[in-house]
Amino acid sequence: MDKSQANVQLDLKGLSCPMPVVKTKKALDSMQAEQILFVEVTDKGSKADIPAMLKRTGNELLSAEEKDNVFIFLIKKK
Amino acid sequence: MAEEKKKKRMAIIASKGTLDMAYPPLILASTAAAMDVEVGIFFTLYGVDIVNKKKYHSLKVAPIANPAMPSPVPFPNILGVLPGMTPMATMMMKGMIKKINWPTIPELLDTCIEAGVRMIACTPTLEMTGVKNEDLVNGVEVAGAAEFLDFALDADVSLFV
Repeated sequence: MDKSQANVQLDLKGLSCPMPVVKTKKALDSMQAEQILFVEVTDKGSKADIPAMLKRTGNELLSAEEKDNVFIFLIKKK
Repeated sequence: MAEEKKKKRMAIIASKGTLDMAYPPLILASTAAAMDVEVGIFFTLYGVDIVNKKKYHSLKVAPIANPAMPSPVPFPNILGVLPGMTPMATMMMKGMIKKINWPTIPELLDTCIEAGVRMIACTPTLEMTGVKNEDLVNGVEVAGAAEFLDFALDADVSLFV
C-alpha cells in the first residue's frame, strides 16, 4: 500500500511536538472506520510519539518507514 | 467505540505565568487529549495569566536567576537586572519558538479547548489579582481547590507545573 491508496494524506513536515501527534489524531477523528491515513513528519520524536498515540487510541499502524529524514506512517483508523 | 472502556485521566496544576513555563502544561494536555486521555488543568497563581485574554499574547521570560537560559554571547547572570533584558530574552525565546514551528500560547490553548481539555481557573487567585471572569478565555471554568481535587483524585497522572 502506498500514498495514492490512502484516503487522507497529511503533510506535517516542519512541525514540532506536540503538533504532529495532535494533527494526526484530529485527522483520524474526522475519518471513517477502516480508512487509511498517510502521514509525513520530520519531527524526530514522532518516530516514537505517533506509534504511542496509535497504541493508546486503538488505531492500527500499518507501516512506518524513514526516507531522507522524513518519517512516513500508514495508519488504519479503527 | 464498540466496547466502553474507562478513559485514563490526567490532572495538571499550572502555577507559572512565564512564556517558557506556559508550554509544558499545554503540550502535555493537548498530547494526552490526542491519546484519548481525559485532561483537566487547574490554573492557579501566575498560571492564570495563561488563560487571561489580556495577558496570554504577551507572556514574558526573564534571564535573571535563570542560568540555564541560552544566550548568543557569554553573559553574567547578574546583568539580567539591566533594563531591557526581559524584553530581549522574551524576543529571543519567541524567535526560538518560531524556528521550531511551535504554536503560540493562544493557538495551543485553542487546540486544548477544541480537544475537550477541561480548564479551571482558581477563584482565590482571581479575587487576589482582580482578574474578572470575562477576562478569561472562553471555555475556562472558575472553581476552587475542592472542585479540582474532586477531578484529580480519580486521575492516573497528576502533575504540578
